[in-house]
Amino acid sequence: MRSVESFPISARVLHWLMATMILAMLFIGVFMAATVGPVYHTLVDLHRPLGIAILLLALVRLANRFLFRAPPLPDTLPPALKFAARASHVVLYALMIAQPLVGWGMLSAGAYPVTMWGGASLPPILPYDTALFATLRHLHSWLAFSLFAVVLAHLGAALLHGLVLRDDVFPSMTFRRGNGE
Amino acid sequence: MLALIRKSLTEKGGALRLAVVVAAPAAVAAAFVATAGWLSPDRLTPVTFMRDFHAVDGSHPGFRRNHAKGVCVSGWFDGSGAATPLSRAALFGKERSQVVGRFALAGGAPNQPDAPGKVRSMALRLMPTNGAEWRMGINDIPVFLVRNAADFSDFTLATAPVPGTGQPDPARIGAFLDKHPETKNALGLLKARALTSGFANDTYNSLDAFLFVNAEGGATPVRWTMVPEQTVEPPAAGEGGQDYLFDDLLKALAQGQLRWRLMVTVGEPGDPTADPTAAWPEQRRKVDAGTLTLTKAESEDGGPCTGITFDPLILPEGVAPSDDPIPAARSAVYSRSFTLRSDETKPPSEITPAAVRSGGQ
Ligand code: HEM
Ligand code: HEM
Ligand code: HEM
Repeated sequence: MRSVESFPISARVLHWLMATMILAMLFIGVFMAATVGPVYHTLVDLHRPLGIAILLLALVRLANRFLFRAPPLPDTLPPALKFAARASHVVLYALMIAQPLVGWGMLSAGAYPVTMWGGASLPPILPYDTALFATLRHLHSWLAFSLFAVVLAHLGAALLHGLVLRDDVFPSMTFRRGNGE
Repeated sequence: MLALIRKSLTEKGGALRLAVVVAAPAAVAAAFVATAGWLSPDRLTPVTFMRDFHAVDGSHPGFRRNHAKGVCVSGWFDGSGAATPLSRAALFGKERSQVVGRFALAGGAPNQPDAPGKVRSMALRLMPTNGAEWRMGINDIPVFLVRNAADFSDFTLATAPVPGTGQPDPARIGAFLDKHPETKNALGLLKARALTSGFANDTYNSLDAFLFVNAEGGATPVRWTMVPEQTVEPPAAGEGGQDYLFDDLLKALAQGQLRWRLMVTVGEPGDPTADPTAAWPEQRRKVDAGTLTLTKAESEDGGPCTGITFDPLILPEGVAPSDDPIPAARSAVYSRSFTLRSDETKPPSEITPAAVRSGGQ
């Protein structure tokens, strides 16, 4: 097999770990917000620390991103699409950092304790303000739906590269043998 | 690139691969929509309960969707240390926690007239120095009326006024009670309870069961009661007046402190924890966990109890949910009620700052 230029292993591990976590969080989020069953409490208790973990990983990933040069996109892609691909990645980074911050901020503004695990909780990051709480609670939903929409487009694009165009884009993010070296 | 796609389509299996590119995101989107409940309008969600309360009491923007008429109070809680063997929560130790609370009448109408038999409530936010706070909302009835969220929704709707008469339809309530003997029984206990003259000398019950978890990790099922130190008196004959219960409370707080003992009932194996309509045997051990002292009343308008929700699952380490399904439903529904009212402009509350300043005169 022809070798392709890949993302460094750190970026690939972070990508797939976070892809799993973020998709799980989107599904947990919309389910818990639309249930009154006993699982509501279990899911919210999971949602908070998992969301904060995503925030921390996203910051590590962003720092990591400045340490390497991403593999170039193939020249078969028109410039407009290259731009769209890069812009969508910027949007994904922005959302995976903003969304947990909004979650944390809205609980702060609503005077909810931001409970993690084992009784530990995080300090508020915003002043107590109920109008702000309501605004951020709605924003948390709209950012989640936007994030989901971009992830869907991203998934479709990744599959188009991997299955139809069969260029170097998909293997640059996977763990197939011969990658990166 | 389009040329590449066209070329790929001519290859063997090319059409199938393109179909996967489209179908995979579509499948994920469909799963998301189903998970969110957008395809199941009958699913019980917090929005269902907002509609239920609306059907019974109409629209009152800015107010709590239930227990809408109320007043803020504040004071402190002194732990006695006696509950420490049961729960490791710091506030049960011999220390003082600041308290913000709220007295209210059950029901979604913020201007309803007071009456002796209406369900009264006490809500508390206990804030120990270690930050592990405890919120609760407790009522002056002996048991809860329903076993789970679905029954709560059905029963609430059955009590909604019907167009024409403006009264609930007895046939609808009867049909619900025929199917739910536990609710019939609970209503009997509720009607038979000894009424007191006011908020200050009333007894409030957790109704729901929780677990106390101690330092060794041992969990004990508990329910609890706030027992007044004020002299218990029956309702005075001829008492009435739009806000008499609240005015009496304001008068009492203008004169001095009010105190309650937090009595924890220790459950034993076999005591029903998942059914708040079932009382526990009277002889269960009671632990005097501490004393609540309230010193001050404030109107909801500008008061510290308005911009928070007394979510019964905001629990300190050392108190945990049991298999009682009601608290999780309450947590989800209170969060929705809190979000909606935080976004609305609230007209003045029935108990105004002026009423509080005048000490209920
Ligand atoms: C929640 C889900 C996801 C998020 C937030 C996400 C985010 C990202 C981001 C930010 C990049 C840019 C590279 C980087 O800085 O790491 C990227 C690249 C990539 N992703 Fe995802 N991703 C997700 C899911 C997926 C899925 C499900 C697939 C495939 C089925 C996929 C395939 C790829 C591929 C092939 C690349 C490389 C693109 C290139 O070469 O520029 N991603 N992803
Ligand atoms: C990447 C991270 C996150 C994602 C993808 C996410 C996603 C979601 C989604 C999809 C919802 C449901 C929205 C709706 O249907 O209205 C939701 C609700 C919520 N999220 Fe997040 N969230 C994240 C992080 C956080 C964090 C860090 C916190 C708090 C520390 C948090 C707290 C909440 C709360 C309290 C709710 C509302 C529950 C309710 O309505 O009762 N989220 N989230
Ligand atoms: C599934 C059953 C229940 C539902 C759907 C429900 C619904 C509600 C709602 C929507 C509020 C307003 C919350 C806010 O806006 O902050 C409320 C307040 C309250 N509920 Fe419930 N409730 C339920 C069961 C109970 C039970 C079992 C108790 C008592 C043990 C209780 C006691 C209270 C109290 C005391 C308040 C007033 C809190 C305050 O003064 O702010 N509720 N309820």
